[in-house]
Amino acid sequence: MNWLLGLFEPGHALGLLALDPPGWGGPLLEGLLHTLEVAAGAYIVGTLLGVLGAFGKLYGGPLVKDIAAIYTTAVRAIPELIEILILYYLVPDMVNKVLLSLGRDRIDLPPMLVGTIVLGFVLGAYMTEVLRGAILAVPHGQIEAGRAYGMTPLQIAWRITLPQMLANALPGMANLWLNLTKDTALLAVIGFNELTETSLQAGGTTKAFMLFFTAAGVLYMLISVLSGRLFALAERRARRGQPSLRGGGV
Amino acid sequence: MKALVRSMMVPHRIVLLLIGVAIFGWAIYALDWSWLPEYIQNGLLLKGLWTTIYMLVISWAVGLFLAIWLGLAQAAGPWYLALPAKGFCSVIRGTPLLLQLWFFYYGLGSIFPHFPSIRESWAWEYLRQAWPYALFSLTLSFAGYEGEVMRGAFLGVPKGQLEAARAYGMPRFTILRRIWLPQAVRRVLPTMGGETVLQLKSTPLIATITVLDLYQASLQIRQDTYIIYEPLLLLAVIYLIVTGIIVALFHLVERQVPSKRS
Repeated sequence: MNWLLGLFEPGHALGLLALDPPGWGGPLLEGLLHTLEVAAGAYIVGTLLGVLGAFGKLYGGPLVKDIAAIYTTAVRAIPELIEILILYYLVPDMVNKVLLSLGRDRIDLPPMLVGTIVLGFVLGAYMTEVLRGAILAVPHGQIEAGRAYGMTPLQIAWRITLPQMLANALPGMANLWLNLTKDTALLAVIGFNELTETSLQAGGTTKAFMLFFTAAGVLYMLISVLSGRLFALAERRARRGQPSLRGGGV
Repeated sequence: MKALVRSMMVPHRIVLLLIGVAIFGWAIYALDWSWLPEYIQNGLLLKGLWTTIYMLVISWAVGLFLAIWLGLAQAAGPWYLALPAKGFCSVIRGTPLLLQLWFFYYGLGSIFPHFPSIRESWAWEYLRQAWPYALFSLTLSFAGYEGEVMRGAFLGVPKGQLEAARAYGMPRFTILRRIWLPQAVRRVLPTMGGETVLQLKSTPLIATITVLDLYQASLQIRQDTYIIYEPLLLLAVIYLIVTGIIVALFHLVERQVPSKRS
């Protein structure tokens, strides 16, 4: 019983969470940094894929539409963990096959890079659906007006569709970001030392599993609360000049 | 069915279909499937599938039951019920399921053995295995996510319905049973299929705490045979099929429930 109380004794817990080597605070924060880095990278990759997918689904030819539909359906129907594993083996394999056929040496891709690409690829499918819905919510007259001015499709996308859909897309994009920060934990399974994996290591070494998982949980909650605030601010900025959703003017 | 066939009879779709068939054929002939009959015969895959399914079904049912109360507490409860319910839902939704799973399995699981009274009780037989922790955290996770959904559904039922029931002199529990809950459930029905698929997709995580589910079965095959891709591909196909079945089932249920729109 004493050892249990000892875990929650302030001095002991603080000692284990200390930033310097006997404590695990430093590695834990490093894990947090890795989590955030992978999440940010994957978010950029996923958003780019999502923009391509959404425009493909809405304005592409029949072939592009079908390929986008296969991409979003298949990716969303298979567990992320399994997609991550398949792609985790497949991506370096393919890169090395290409390199070998070019007569170069094999390279070891850093797990962080592979993790970023894989999570971004998965996120892209969800992002496609969010952005597609947001683009559909832009009044069609706006796009016709752009066309009437003789804008090219790219100009219409950049100047009219994207700025106006952003306000509609941001709530969905915020949800995806929150899901993504949690999905980075799946990379623990392939041994990438992000926050969850680091807290498991810390717990395994010190036997204070509860302490470290709670600490990691608090950090995840911090990410989700802070980024929720940021997205709310961004949405307010994206909505400036548009009528309030609640009806009356602000 | 006719409409489906007609919609496929477009040149580019026929080409896509042929490419799909070609990839499928290549996967069957070029990849190594020699291990498959053995693992079907010794029942490893079936056992894994069974674990995945019963984990999904039980955590779905119990989680939904908890979610109704969580939603109700948030929508109508006094603050001392609403606040903990809201906190529970935010913590579950704000942290990764993998972390929760490990918290219960490694964290709680490492504390129990220190109490002789637990070790000597009947519960120890279960607490020393992994699957109770898996089922527990899957259930809590589903309850957390659905609690939030149920809160919105309860709040979305028109006030007039509840006022009418009260005007008829119905007791509060009868209102809940006859008016509030059925209408709230009807509201969540369209999203329930998707939520269930999400729950299915989180079940492979329990393999990380050594529960023998479908994913763990494929890991064992990989360890035995050193084959990487084939078991994973088979796994993906099985999950695709189960997803399809779930979507179809909920489609069927949804059609049984009368709604204004159809």
